[in-house]
Formats: sequence, structure tokens, C-alpha cells
Amino acid sequence: MKIGSKIMISCEKAATICNKTQYEEASLLEKMKLRLHLFMCKTCSKFTKQNTKFTVLCEKANLQSLSEQEKLKMKQELTNKS
Amino acid sequence: MAALKFTQNTKNLQVVTSNSSTFENNSERMPLHQLNPDTWVDLYADYLFNFAVARVSDAEIAKDLVQETFFAGLKSAKNYKGDASERTWLIAILKRKVIDHYRKINSKKGKAEVRMSYSSGSDAQGDWLEEQVADPFSTLENSVIENEELGMAIQSCISKLPKKQAKVFTMKTIQGISTEDICNELGINPSNLWVMIHRSRTALMGCLNENWF
Repeated sequence: MKIGSKIMISCEKAATICNKTQYEEASLLEKMKLRLHLFMCKTCSKFTKQNTKFTVLCEKANLQSLSEQEKLKMKQELTNKS
Repeated sequence: MAALKFTQNTKNLQVVTSNSSTFENNSERMPLHQLNPDTWVDLYADYLFNFAVARVSDAEIAKDLVQETFFAGLKSAKNYKGDASERTWLIAILKRKVIDHYRKINSKKGKAEVRMSYSSGSDAQGDWLEEQVADPFSTLENSVIENEELGMAIQSCISKLPKKQAKVFTMKTIQGISTEDICNELGINPSNLWVMIHRSRTALMGCLNENWF
């Protein structure tokens, strides 16, 4: 899938852009390149679909997490107790 | 009902078993699982935190409950029979802690009613603004239960990732830290970061696949 042109991108590149799109960090040109690639590549369109769904799921789940500092503090207190 | 649905779901999730033997209770009967408190915070803190936040809807209190759970787990490690996995065992403790918490606040203020209050939550964690817009009384609806299950499922999948990937994914997706900041903090370059994001996302999608896609 390696065509040395500027608008044709490899599947690896497409996957990276797709991931960037999930965090809204892809540039307009990148998005256009991705669209073009998806037009031709079935595997990547499937991946993009799944990836987008995964993002939606992550948002829906309202995930919470503790920061590294908080975890470190927990660990310290835990070792103090034991 | 939530608890019932939740247990059904966890059956499909593989459980992380600890391999080190810090706490060997009885050597005659080889226990199925063993406790390894050194890894607790890394493996289960976020998982337990999600569980607690969904129930007390206050990040600070939830954090304290998780901490108390770890303490209690350490204290009663002798009583651990090894039948259930570490995580199940810790969740069981946390459930008691949540109940204790509600008992305490109700007896203190002398009110019998448990009311979910979203506005008292600190704005330090997560997107509470969105929560406030939504109807705060819709907690009994199915979708909320489902979303919580989903959250737990994702969290348990994250704990199965390699440590560094899990860290990058959590920072990027859950804490929403910018690419630049993560790169600075972990000392990696952006393309490195995207590779790790890609790997973790693919792994997580595979992990969730059976239940949610």
C-alpha cells in the first residue's frame, strides 16, 4: 500500500490519523487524506468505525481515574500501615 | 438489580491473578488466588475508584473509601481464603465501606433519606458539569447501570494492559491531558505516544469486543 505520492497514505499512517481524530488532534489535511484512504481501504474503514465507537463508549462510561500523585500517596500510606 | 447485572458481566472478564506469594496463608491447600498488596494500587485503584464514585458521587469521599478498602484488605489479609480473585475480594470490602459511609452520614445528620447530590462534588475530577445538566434523579434508569458496567469493564481491561500503555491511555483519554504535556512528563516523543495509544486502543477494543461491540 505504499504509493510515494503526497495524498496517498499507508494503512499505518491512516491508523495514526484515525487515532488522532479520536482526540480531535488531526489537521484538516490529515483528515482529508484519511477520508481518501478510507474510500479505498476496507480494513481501515472498519477500524475507523470501531475506533470511533470505542471513543463513544469511553465517553458514555464517564471514566474516572486517580492521578499519579494520588496513587503514590495511597501507596505510601499503604506501606506505612503494613 | 445493579449488583445482579454486574456479576453476570464480570464472568466474561478474565481476572488478573497475582503471581508473587507475599501472603501465603496455608500451604496444605493450594489457594487459587493470592494476595499481593504491593500491586493493589496500580492494578485496582482506578477500578475501585470508578465503583465508588458511581455510588457516592463525590470524588474526595470515593478516594477515601478506596484507601480505607486497601487498609481493611491489608488488615484482614489473613482471612482471605483464595477462593475469589483479589479484585472481587476488594470490591466486596469496598461495598461494605460504601454502606458504612451512608450509615455514618445518615446517623450524623439524623436523616433517613439518601439523596444523591451532584453539585457537592469537587470539580477536580471528571466532567461534572455534564452530570449536572442531566437529570440527577435518573439514577435508577437502566442506561446508568449499563454505563457503569461499561466503565468497570473498560477499567478492568485497562488494568490488563502493559503498565506504560495503561498510563498513557489513562492520561490521554480519561484525564484528558494534552499530547505535549504527556510527552514532557514521560519523556517520549509524539510519534511514540501515538504508537502506544494505538496499541492500547486496539488491545482495549479486543478486550471489550465480546461484550460491547
